[in-house]
Parts: sequence; structure tokens; C-alpha cells
Amino acid sequence: MITRLEDKELKRQSRRQLLKLAPVAVLGVFAFPKVSGRLVSAGVRFSDWASGGLFRSQHLAQTFSDSDVVPFEKFPYNGYDVLDPEVDLEKWTLTVEGDVRHPGEYKLEQIQALAKISQNTRHVCVEGWDVVGSFGGARIADFLALVGANTGARFLEVECVDDYYESIDMASVLHPQSLLCYEMYGQPLDRKHGAPLRLQMPTKLGYKQAKYLDTIRVTNVLKPDKTGYWEDQGYSWFGGL
Amino acid sequence: MADEENNEERNEEKKEDAAPPPEAETAAKADAVESTEAKLETEPTEPPLAPPVTEEEEPALVRAAYEHPLPIRITHWVNAISLFVMVTSGLRIFRAFPSFGAKIPENILLDIPKSLTLGGWLGGALQWHFTFMWIFAVSGVVYVAYQVVSGHYKTMLFMPRDLAGVWPMARHYFLFGPKPAATGQYNPLQKLAYTSTIAFGVLSLLTGIVLFKPAQFSWLAFLFGGFHLTRLWHFTAMCGFLAFIPGHLIMVVLHGWANFYSMLSGWKREPEYQE
Repeated sequence: MITRLEDKELKRQSRRQLLKLAPVAVLGVFAFPKVSGRLVSAGVRFSDWASGGLFRSQHLAQTFSDSDVVPFEKFPYNGYDVLDPEVDLEKWTLTVEGDVRHPGEYKLEQIQALAKISQNTRHVCVEGWDVVGSFGGARIADFLALVGANTGARFLEVECVDDYYESIDMASVLHPQSLLCYEMYGQPLDRKHGAPLRLQMPTKLGYKQAKYLDTIRVTNVLKPDKTGYWEDQGYSWFGGL
Repeated sequence: MADEENNEERNEEKKEDAAPPPEAETAAKADAVESTEAKLETEPTEPPLAPPVTEEEEPALVRAAYEHPLPIRITHWVNAISLFVMVTSGLRIFRAFPSFGAKIPENILLDIPKSLTLGGWLGGALQWHFTFMWIFAVSGVVYVAYQVVSGHYKTMLFMPRDLAGVWPMARHYFLFGPKPAATGQYNPLQKLAYTSTIAFGVLSLLTGIVLFKPAQFSWLAFLFGGFHLTRLWHFTAMCGFLAFIPGHLIMVVLHGWANFYSMLSGWKREPEYQE
């Protein structure tokens, strides 16, 4: 639609319309590193909040047939400091703390005595690769029932023999595919994949699925700046798929 | 061709009209605009106050078109900023696993220079990506919704009838062929380019949802051939934007200030087309 205006009027209209764009300039704050760091952290917290809302506690992650599983030697492992923290498998126990009726030390046999779940699921790394693997273990939910945990609490904190640490929202912990994993490909978990016990959760990214478990704690509060090894450096805390 | 020559002649006539001496410009009242056309006709019958300056009192008229409504301009610039952040942080994320194959063995597809990326490391890039994905998504949805609801899309949506005009325009731009006559706000090649970006936006958003929540949106992951392949489609959408952006920027430079300024102010001075 062409109109004919006086030059001055066109300039006036143009200026007025230009000023209406001013709110977009707010995005300019992202150009300042001091502010942008805080803003993008807030962006991740918002994403985590939305992720919590999107999470469906009974919705199962895709499972695969044995023919879709990659060979064991092609299942990658990422260590964060040492590839083998040299856990003494004979003496190993899982320490249970926090909001539970029966805190204390639990042997691997007690976990293996719970109903065993075997599942072929996709393991997704935050780096972008993914691989379908075969896992076996006990539902975390079953173990929490065994130790009399208050599953109304908000978080499960875990600490590892290699000093790695994590914390996970209770809804994801109680998901039926969330395992205390002691087997891969039908064999006891090997030292590179977190022997003797690791978390295996197909609804979480790899870095949430801590290996070499040492202590688990049921709690309602997380220590600030101690919510997870990578999370404390900037990764998404929810880390959910 | 004949049409175009006429247009140019008319444009030149207008330009002459539009350049009165400064005295006349300062004398002109802003409220003269509504009745400018009527005035043009009535002017000769009005008794001249000072006969020698009659011509100088004639208001200076400029052809102009309000091409870009405010919502389009806002979303255009928010999208531009968001795309910059999403591409640069996305490339940083891609650096963490620059492949579409297996992790073992890993075939590195390309080594993207760190200087082209945003975020400093994978975690930092993810923070930018997870922040601006919401801004980009909201802006994109508002943009498309406004286009549809306002009917403004008719100026830019590529339709089958535009197909015939694509090649003459491409020939003009890339092979110095004759310039096809301007028939509307956008030529067929522009419509194709702009419509494609909407497709890239939709693809990047849908594939982004799958990469963000493949388990929750397993049905969507299925539509894209699974999580693993979706990463490739997400990358493809970015390649689409990367193909569009340089051409878009070159055209902006070639078409000069009035064209660029119209995306800031909405108003295009002396548009090429008639109507």
C-alpha cells in the first residue's frame, strides 16, 4: 500500500515507529559478560523448571530389542577424574542416610535380592552421542522402600567413591526405569562402567547417572553449589530427557 | 520492461518534486499530509498570495509504504539476535561431539574454530542455548501467528504461482540478467527465501524439542527417525539458516539504507513497486 507523504511527515512517522522498537534493545544486556552469565544461569533454571513440569513419572523411555544394542566394547565410558577408583569390591557397602527409617550400610547382595529389572535403553550423553545398551539392576524405588525412605522428600543425593556427586529429583528417582545398576550385558558391572553399583536412568543424561556409588541420602534440601559435580560448573541440574 | 521504465520515470519526477528549497520545507505544516492529494488538485485554482513563490509552497511529496508492522519488526530483530546466539552456541555444543555417527569409533566431521562459537565450553554454550531457545521459540511463534492472523503473510508466503518468477530473479542476481519488474513488496526469490526460513525455524524448533526431551516427546522423536537422526535434522535446519543469512545480508547491503531502515521504522521510502 503506497501512500504519498510529505518528506517531513515520513521522517516523523519513521522516527516514532523506530522508537517503538526500543524494547528489543533490552536483549543488549546479554552483551555484558557480567550480566549475561547470571542471565543464562537463570535461563537454565527456567529450563529445569519447565523440564520438571514436562516430566511424566509413568511415561517409559523407549526400550530396544537385543539386536539394537551396541556391542559392549562400543559402549563408551567417560570418567571425570580417574577411570578406575579401585573400589575394594569385597568390602564395598552402600551407605544410606537422611530421611529414611533404616539408615546404615547395605551390601550388594541385599540390592541384588530385590526384583531384578533388565532393560535395553538409550544412554544419551550431554556431549551429543547416544548409544543403546543393556542394563540390569534393582529399581531405586524398590530399594528406597526397603530402607524405609520418605519418598515424599524432594531429592536423592548420591556420593561416589571417586568423589563425584549428584542430586536427583524424587520423581525421576521413583521412575520405574530408574535402576541401581549392577549389571551390563548380563555381566557384573565392570570397573570402567562404575563397579560395583551405578545409577542407570534412561530419563536422565549420562552425567546424572553416577558411577561407583558410595552413599545415598534422602533429603529435602540441597547444599547450594553442591548439587552435582558438573551442575556446579554450569550444567543443567535437571538433566532430564 | 516497458512498465519498469515508466516506473523509473515516475520515480524521478517524484524525486524532483520531493526536493524543494529549504524555506518551503520549513514552511510546510505537518497536518497538510492527510489532504495532500486534494491540495495538489486544488492548488492551481487557489489565488496565489505571492505569485512568484507558488511552486515553492506546493508540499513536497514522497512515495512511501508502511511495509513492516511493529510485531514483524520486533520479532525480526529478536529472531536475528536469537539466531546468532543459537548458531554460535550450537556450534560450540557440536564441538563436543562433531559427528553424526557412533561414539566408538568417532569420526570427526569438522573442527569448528573456537572463535566462531559462544559459551567458552560445552556447559557455557548449553546455558546460552537453553536460554535463547525459549526466546527464539516465543518470538518465532508470535511471528508466525501474527503473519497468519493479520493476513500479512500474503506479501511474503511463497506460493506455487511464484515458482515461474524464481529463475528470472536468480538470473538477475547471480548472472547479471535483466531485472524483472517489481510487482509487490517481495519478489518470488525473496518469498522463497523468507518462506524457507520459516520452514527452517519450524524444523529447528521441533527437532530441538526432541533433542531436549527425547523420552517425553518419544512420538516426535519417532517422526524424525529417532533421537540419533534428529540431531542431524537439527544441524540441517541450522545449515538452512546459514545458507540464508549471508545472501540476506548481502542483499541488505546492496539495496541500501532506505531498505534497511524500513526494518527499523516500518516505512519504506520510494518503494520500487507500484499500487
